[in-house]
Amino acid sequence: MAARETTVNVLLVLLLPAVALTALFIGEAFYITLATRIAILALAAVGLNIALGLGGLVSFGHAAFFGLGGYVAGVLATHAFNMEPVALGLPGTTDMPVIWLAAILLCGLVALPIGLVSLRTSGVYFIMITLAFAQMIYYFAISWPAYGGEDGLSLSMRNGFPGLNTARPFPYFIVVFVLLLAGLFLFHRLQASRFGAALEAARQNPARLAATGISPFAIRLVAFVLSAMITGLAGALFADLNRFVSPSMLSWHMSGELIVLIILGGKSRLFGPLAGAALYVLFEYALGGLTERWQLFLGLVLLAVVFFARGGLIGLLAGRPRHG
Amino acid sequence: MAERVLEVKDLEKSFGALKATNGASLDLRPGEIHALIGPNGAGKSTLINQISGALAPDAGSIRFLGTDITMLDTARRARMGLARTFQISSLAQEFSALRNVMLAVQARQGTSLRFFRPVMRDASLTEPAMRMLSRVGLAGRANVPAAALSHGERRQLEIAVALAMEPKAFLLDEPMAGMGPEGSKALTGFLHGLRQEAPILLVEHDMDAVFALADRVSVLVYGRIIATGSVSEIRNDPEVRRAYLGEPA
Repeated sequence: MAARETTVNVLLVLLLPAVALTALFIGEAFYITLATRIAILALAAVGLNIALGLGGLVSFGHAAFFGLGGYVAGVLATHAFNMEPVALGLPGTTDMPVIWLAAILLCGLVALPIGLVSLRTSGVYFIMITLAFAQMIYYFAISWPAYGGEDGLSLSMRNGFPGLNTARPFPYFIVVFVLLLAGLFLFHRLQASRFGAALEAARQNPARLAATGISPFAIRLVAFVLSAMITGLAGALFADLNRFVSPSMLSWHMSGELIVLIILGGKSRLFGPLAGAALYVLFEYALGGLTERWQLFLGLVLLAVVFFARGGLIGLLAGRPRHG
Repeated sequence: MAERVLEVKDLEKSFGALKATNGASLDLRPGEIHALIGPNGAGKSTLINQISGALAPDAGSIRFLGTDITMLDTARRARMGLARTFQISSLAQEFSALRNVMLAVQARQGTSLRFFRPVMRDASLTEPAMRMLSRVGLAGRANVPAAALSHGERRQLEIAVALAMEPKAFLLDEPMAGMGPEGSKALTGFLHGLRQEAPILLVEHDMDAVFALADRVSVLVYGRIIATGSVSEIRNDPEVRRAYLGEPA
């Protein structure tokens, strides 16, 4: 069983670069962009999977972090382009690593108070309160004309990474793919670590965790913040992929989409988000070309997964999870 | 007067019109097993839950190792050395027996904010956890998920988790419940020696076990302690016989 999961995981990881390389050689840049989109959505869902999969925290507000990351990329690039300082004399930038760091830090800072309030609730209340926070940020973005308001913000060109021509699809895919691998590695180590043990115990039995002397609240808060940081990084990448960021990245549809990715792929499984994102984008591409109503079919697949394959795509391919 | 590990004073707790705890006071001294008995619905679990921190009392105080812990949450009390087991086994069901105990070891070490080192390759967690499993006779079942253990094995695992916390006092909520005669006897023998490590507040329905183990017995009826004393004092207390043992005085 364990060997089978490893095989499935390896195949999944190889899938994206295989698609991107093939597309590069036959000169179909569109498929590189498709693979990049899958990788970014997967990274966003890897972030959410820390809270939702490991911690059992169904955050319906992770679009807030995805969108904030996107706006960090857009706002910093706009200021750099106009050569105006962002605030306190700090200049804008088109340097990806700086943007990533800023997106990660900002999302952590925003997630901390949201988590402090939301984690006092659980179940449906937690879902609703995270949704409420995300909607607040959404409406704030819509009503703030400085950065495009409802129309969003276009990036005049993709931000740069030292030594790479990120304007071309393939180098940008490589950047995104390496970050996805880093995210997956982080998740893997996290799950196996002491923190991961405490977090998974908080999901399974918070009363037991507290009785052994570990506060579930503190563990969940750290998980929520880490989770937001990774999703925020993915948001910055998404803005650069589309060279556009708009309030739609912050909307509850986006939060729902991230949850759907995880459920499709397999909750709390290392490669669940990647499998889910691949399936989702494939659906969007294959059926979206045929009908506007492709999400109807996605809904049917989702129903099938919930009723017949609780472990999602990974569960179907690799069997039940192993636990030490 | 001997020093007290745990001192519960005038505790009160109501649920609506029901006074589940009505001015209960008791204490726990070093090296003893203090049994808490009482008929169903007397409020034993409510009292234990207040001592462990799962419920907040309406009035009264709880002191542990000389510190007032009335306002502290469950996790803080556990870190101070108050280890409880649950009346209905409460474990991380998906985790193996070993990982359940490792969680308590890591809690004891205060190292839950480590993000990179895999726990299963960390001897400072696995070795002490394995020792505790051996002590309760579960070493052979270390890798079985808690959900797949038998009822009796889960009771043993609860004890192993409590041991791993290296506590200053045990709160055992009906550890014998549903154990069967063989298991109860083995556990009675085990608890007999355990009081040397830390005193035990034992809530138990199995009277054979209580009378074999307890240094002192307190009788809880309608949320208040009606008598505290040695086994023979309690057996011969007319009020206890009337209220609890169901015999005419």
